[in-house]
Amino acid sequence: MGASYIPLSYYLLLSGFLFACGVVGFLIKRNIISIFMSIELMLNGVNLSFVAFAAHWHALAGQIFVFFVMVVAAAEAAVGLAIIISVYRTRETLNVDQVNLLKL
Amino acid sequence: MNFHLILFLAFGAVCVAGAINLLAQRHPINSALSLITVMAALAGEYLLLGAEFVAAVQVIVYAGAIMVLFVFVIMLLNAGEEEHTKGSRIAVLFGVPGMLIGSVLMAWVVLRHSGTESVPVGALPGSPRDIAQLLFHDFLLPFEVTSVLILIAIMGAVVLANKPERSAGEAD
Repeated sequence: MGASYIPLSYYLLLSGFLFACGVVGFLIKRNIISIFMSIELMLNGVNLSFVAFAAHWHALAGQIFVFFVMVVAAAEAAVGLAIIISVYRTRETLNVDQVNLLKL
Repeated sequence: MNFHLILFLAFGAVCVAGAINLLAQRHPINSALSLITVMAALAGEYLLLGAEFVAAVQVIVYAGAIMVLFVFVIMLLNAGEEEHTKGSRIAVLFGVPGMLIGSVLMAWVVLRHSGTESVPVGALPGSPRDIAQLLFHDFLLPFEVTSVLILIAIMGAVVLANKPERSAGEAD
């Protein structure tokens, strides 16, 4: 254990790629649930760089941050999906192009 | 090329493939399943870094609980394939090249400034015992605040997803 090393830049590249995929999905997806999943992908990309930096600097607090990010993501998913259900109930569509007014 | 690097590349390839598949699929349920693949592969990456607790939580909470919630909502709302509109074509036209330029810039910066720093594999004590020591001593207040956040989120979800009740007595 500890004998082998992986360059930090590999982790950062993978993390950045996942984040970029999340941003692209956020932009090009029209289904509101797919957009929401793209946000989760972005959070996962950030989590990977948190853990990589925690291992790099031997700072365990980085993993605590990942834990908190996961908790906030869970809360966000619960509230967000409830909002999606509420929007679907009033608009009867999941396409964000048709959900463009604040009023009913 | 050592064994850990091969493992890293294998999990990373699964991550990349899953992320691209998430973008390529039109049906939300397919996107959700590829997102689960990405999360499971990321748990492997965490395990490779020695973060056992985070890897377990990743599988249980993320790939388990959150994604089940997603799949449940997709099936509840009977979400079908997304149709292409004028807005989506414009978004693809500008979004994909813009993000390609952005990721190339980011990769360039990372590769230029990273030098020869490397991460020791499995050297970090990330077992539940060490995490708990830190979480319940140094991060006790954020931990408790988090429980309040979850309580508020639960109440918010219940209120939002509740059927809007018709006021009693009114003819509808």
